[in-house]
Amino acid sequence: MFDVIFIGLSLSSILLLVALGLAITYGAMGVINMAHGEMVMIGAYVAVLSSIWLGANFLLAIPIAFVVTALFGLVIERLVVRRLYGRLLDTLLATWGISILIQQAVRLEFGLTFFGIHIDGLGPGLQNVTVPSYLQGTVSVAGLEFNGYRAFIIGVTLALTALTWFILYRTSAGVQVRAIIRNPKMAAACGIDVKRVNALTFAFGSGLAGVAGVMMSGFKTVFPDMGATMVVDGFMVVVTGGVGSIFGTILSSGLLGEINALVAIGTNDIIARAVVFAVVIGVILFKPNGLFSYKGR
Amino acid sequence: MLNRRNFLKTTAAASVVMTTPAIIGRAFASDPIRVGALYSQTGGLSVVEKLLANAVQMAASEINAAGGVLGRPIEVVVEDGASDPKTFSEKASSLIVKNKIDTVFGCHTSASRKAVLPIFERRNATLFYQTHYEGFECSRNVVYSGAIPNQQLGKYIPWIVETLGKKKFFIVGSNYVYPREMAKVSKKLIEASGAEWVADEYLELGHSEWAVMVNKIKESGADVVLSNVVGDSIIAFYREFKNQGLSHETIPICATVTSEIEIAAMGAEYAAGSYMSVPYFMSIDTPANHTFIDNFRKFTNDPKAVTYHSLEAAYFQVFLWKQAVEKAGNLDPQGMRDAIRGQSYDAPGGKVTIDADNLHCWMTPRIGQWQADGQSKVVREEPAPLKPLPYSAYGETEDNLFCTAKGLDQAKLKG
Repeated sequence: MFDVIFIGLSLSSILLLVALGLAITYGAMGVINMAHGEMVMIGAYVAVLSSIWLGANFLLAIPIAFVVTALFGLVIERLVVRRLYGRLLDTLLATWGISILIQQAVRLEFGLTFFGIHIDGLGPGLQNVTVPSYLQGTVSVAGLEFNGYRAFIIGVTLALTALTWFILYRTSAGVQVRAIIRNPKMAAACGIDVKRVNALTFAFGSGLAGVAGVMMSGFKTVFPDMGATMVVDGFMVVVTGGVGSIFGTILSSGLLGEINALVAIGTNDIIARAVVFAVVIGVILFKPNGLFSYKGR
Repeated sequence: MLNRRNFLKTTAAASVVMTTPAIIGRAFASDPIRVGALYSQTGGLSVVEKLLANAVQMAASEINAAGGVLGRPIEVVVEDGASDPKTFSEKASSLIVKNKIDTVFGCHTSASRKAVLPIFERRNATLFYQTHYEGFECSRNVVYSGAIPNQQLGKYIPWIVETLGKKKFFIVGSNYVYPREMAKVSKKLIEASGAEWVADEYLELGHSEWAVMVNKIKESGADVVLSNVVGDSIIAFYREFKNQGLSHETIPICATVTSEIEIAAMGAEYAAGSYMSVPYFMSIDTPANHTFIDNFRKFTNDPKAVTYHSLEAAYFQVFLWKQAVEKAGNLDPQGMRDAIRGQSYDAPGGKVTIDADNLHCWMTPRIGQWQADGQSKVVREEPAPLKPLPYSAYGETEDNLFCTAKGLDQAKLKG
């Protein structure tokens, strides 16, 4: 039984890790960010590149990835997303285009392939990320055996969630963000620099995706297409939880992760995935705004 | 004006031209012979398939450097299948009909091969297919240079039971035809060896969440895992396996698809001690193989490029084609296919021979154990190449062939 709960918790934490950034960019800012998966992918590649070129340790890659993807996010916001606020479907199309551009940029090594130049760690192939030996194998605590790496992911997810909650609910920047979520025009009228806060919020959401990427790189395969499937799971969690609600995102990732684990252990992973989708459809049918939702924007 | 007489004249003239290809051939003797290379250059499968296209091009350039085929150089026309079976079939038509090419090296997945097969059969063209696959096919228009289940599993399962002393198999694979057919053959062999299988489980292609499956392996009481998992799922599988505290010393993963590429991507420490059965390993220590690896690295301009079974097969199949064309003495597709039956070639991994009955390939089954350096150590090697039996899952044996030069014997398949 302990195994089932732990696996469920682990699946939940992975869902939450991806969804947390989306909960901010989609949930709070109303941007359907299809490039979120590519932010995760960039984070994973930062882990690959920083170990090849800087000799950096896996743990050190986490802050580097946060900064790099946050900068990417900032640039995307400044160049594209900024012009599209309030045009939901246009953001979907534009960010989807960005996601394809990023994938191809990594695959073609930013175009250097055409000049016969190869950069280690980029290109179309599968990349290897070295995980420190203390994160491989199991750790036992109080007679129970834990999967070390998954316990680490749960820990990182908890820390990031706590950090996000703290920023949103205990800092003055957070108050501004929440004000913009509720009503951007009113917030602007109160003297909040909406453009600046939006840009920083988008960068923060992207940075969270970058950290998710580093965590994924330790147990999944790093390759240019890796983000495409993750963004689907991310949206699923955010929509179920309720757009704009951090708490709803946390709860729905917990719910979907545990359902997935329970059904998968009883039957198999293929049926489990179908059941999870059925639950999501059910939630959307009966509570179109998700389990928790704000009104506004 | 096209009246009946003119029409008859033109068709008569055309048929004269068409029945004298030998004259035209001689007149343009130094024109290149064009062959196709149909592999995905874009999309999810391009990572692997581009390498296969490279291997075909490298073989062609080596043949050209040594004087070509029938005194003519080879020109490889590369088409992009875009990781999509429908595109594969369109591009195959375009190569055969528009470019008038008779010989195509290509396809990686069974899905793409099945999609192009009718075109090759209708147009009297030949496909060279290099990937190890599930068997159950007997086309007279395809030369299969990769291993099939009886060559991968026939000696592997008995060896696992007898030498490793394992009795309980957990069979796991990706959810499509190859792993399911492999499981079918495996179960027969497991039961024949006096062992048992406790589970036969599948995950979707590309699935990378292994927590539950590895937990099931742990709880099942199995003492060996037979893995037919393909693609990027492999990496997540081996990592999860170690992270949940399982060890290849007690419960080894015995795989049929895990290659040098995946080992390099997951990190050798996760696979060290596990096994793999395939005819070719990069670690085969012969001068021919060292030359092959060096040449491939030079050709692709990647000093760390790895070589593996399908890549080797993609390379040597071009030489088998060359020998067949030279034996036939001309470029007639049927003549080439008749001539290739029984052709042998000393490939980087040892001698290979195209079977006279079923156009599959005789090769030497090997079992490798992955080492800490990411390379394999060959722990068992068949003394001689093994005859391919594409219908072994359905009872085909060397004395009772289902697939012969005449085609598939449907009666035997049903009985």
